[in-house]
Amino acid sequence: MNAPANLRYTPDHEWVLLEGDVAKVGITDHAQEELTDVVFVELPEDGRQCDAEDPVAVVESVKAASDIYAPLAGEVVAGNADLEADPSLINTDPYGAGWIFQIRLNDPSAVEGLMDAEAYSALLG
Amino acid sequence: MSDSMTEMIQETPLAALHVELGGKMVPFAGWNMPVQYTSIMDEHAAVREKVGIFDISHMGQFFLTGEGAETWLNTMLTNDVAKLDIGEGQYTLMLNESGGVIDDLIIYRQQEARILLVVNASMIDADYAWLKQHLPEGLTLTNESDVWAGMAVQGPSAPAAFAGLFPDRELPARNGISMWSCEGETLCVCRTGYTGEDGFEFFSSAETGEAWFKRFIDVGAKPCGLGARDSLRLEVCYPLNGSDLSPTRTPLQAGLGFFCSLDKAGGFIGRDVLAQQKEEGLVERLVALKYTGRGAPPRAHYEVFSKEGERLSELTSGVLSPSMREGVALAYLPVSYAKLGTLVDIDVRGRRCEAKVVKKPFYKKP
Repeated sequence: MNAPANLRYTPDHEWVLLEGDVAKVGITDHAQEELTDVVFVELPEDGRQCDAEDPVAVVESVKAASDIYAPLAGEVVAGNADLEADPSLINTDPYGAGWIFQIRLNDPSAVEGLMDAEAYSALLG
Repeated sequence: MSDSMTEMIQETPLAALHVELGGKMVPFAGWNMPVQYTSIMDEHAAVREKVGIFDISHMGQFFLTGEGAETWLNTMLTNDVAKLDIGEGQYTLMLNESGGVIDDLIIYRQQEARILLVVNASMIDADYAWLKQHLPEGLTLTNESDVWAGMAVQGPSAPAAFAGLFPDRELPARNGISMWSCEGETLCVCRTGYTGEDGFEFFSSAETGEAWFKRFIDVGAKPCGLGARDSLRLEVCYPLNGSDLSPTRTPLQAGLGFFCSLDKAGGFIGRDVLAQQKEEGLVERLVALKYTGRGAPPRAHYEVFSKEGERLSELTSGVLSPSMREGVALAYLPVSYAKLGTLVDIDVRGRRCEAKVVKKPFYKKP
């Protein structure tokens, strides 16, 4: 299982990379493997205010649509427009080019409350 | 005998093999089945371009035997059984008294008075009960669904795969069936499928099913799950009972009039409703809808609206076509909206995606 040590993780299989007060969010390698073949991504609108665990984006495979949640409260500042042309970036590069959105956190220190790579790997068992 | 009325989830003789092959198992129509092994996209492409293999052991097999089998069966099914020579098969439907669809099935005449019926997994018990209820004395109907393992080998290279295992046997012609003895068991092959590709359905005893499935893999067939089976059939507009067909809609509404012989001798259950519908004209029809632009994949139960915002119905099936990368769907629409070229909106989580009524099927071999 690939779960980079520099990221934080949610129980919904999202990863978070904090850069200043902005968090970049995507889904984990495990999540993309479970979904397989991402064919469509619905991005959140810029400026959207959200609470932690609000559904903000949708990632769709051939078979199913899966909600993607805001990991923490904040304001959406960007969606990854590259995914509109190539949704499969989520499969091929989930921790890099396959990021989904960026959110300016109300409380950046809250990231410390998310799982680290070790805890997330333990969750997957 | 199988019993889909209970909550028990059933397993086909190939279940252990699916897990061993990495299949992702999901419940389907009361059965634990692989939805995919590696990826629906890859499995779909394998069938369109080469050859794939699906477990269809969950489907039901009934055998009808006895003097007069044809005459009686003709009253139970829409297509004309009399057209079948020995070794031939046909797609047909079983209707209720109101002309609604109980099930769609394929029947094969194996001998003059021995007919095989292959029915949908979810309908085995209901179909068997319905037929038994009407069965006259002198005819025998047996449910052999648990006796057989079944696999569909589909794709342009399916005949080559068959030749690889059976170099001395010829595949039957389209819709045909042949049965023979091999290594002490009876094998059955039917030149039919549910993908729009050339291919065949192969039945062996439940005990040897796993070995045969592996042999087909060895000659090039890629294991494919229900996900690809659904996307493949939808691209060619083959209906799925329970989704696109229902007890409250007739085959004429579903666009399956070709398989309904209204004039055959003796008639059939539901015939008069169909005849009346034909005379009075249809109120709604199952149409093929294709997105005019990009959008989230259409899925069953998404609502369909007119361009003026009136709710018309909901999708019965939908998928982002793996072959064409376009949203494609089926829905019953009022006939005034069923004309080719008509534009409608599909509601996807509050967003409207425009779609156009197009000709069936969505996908044709290039």
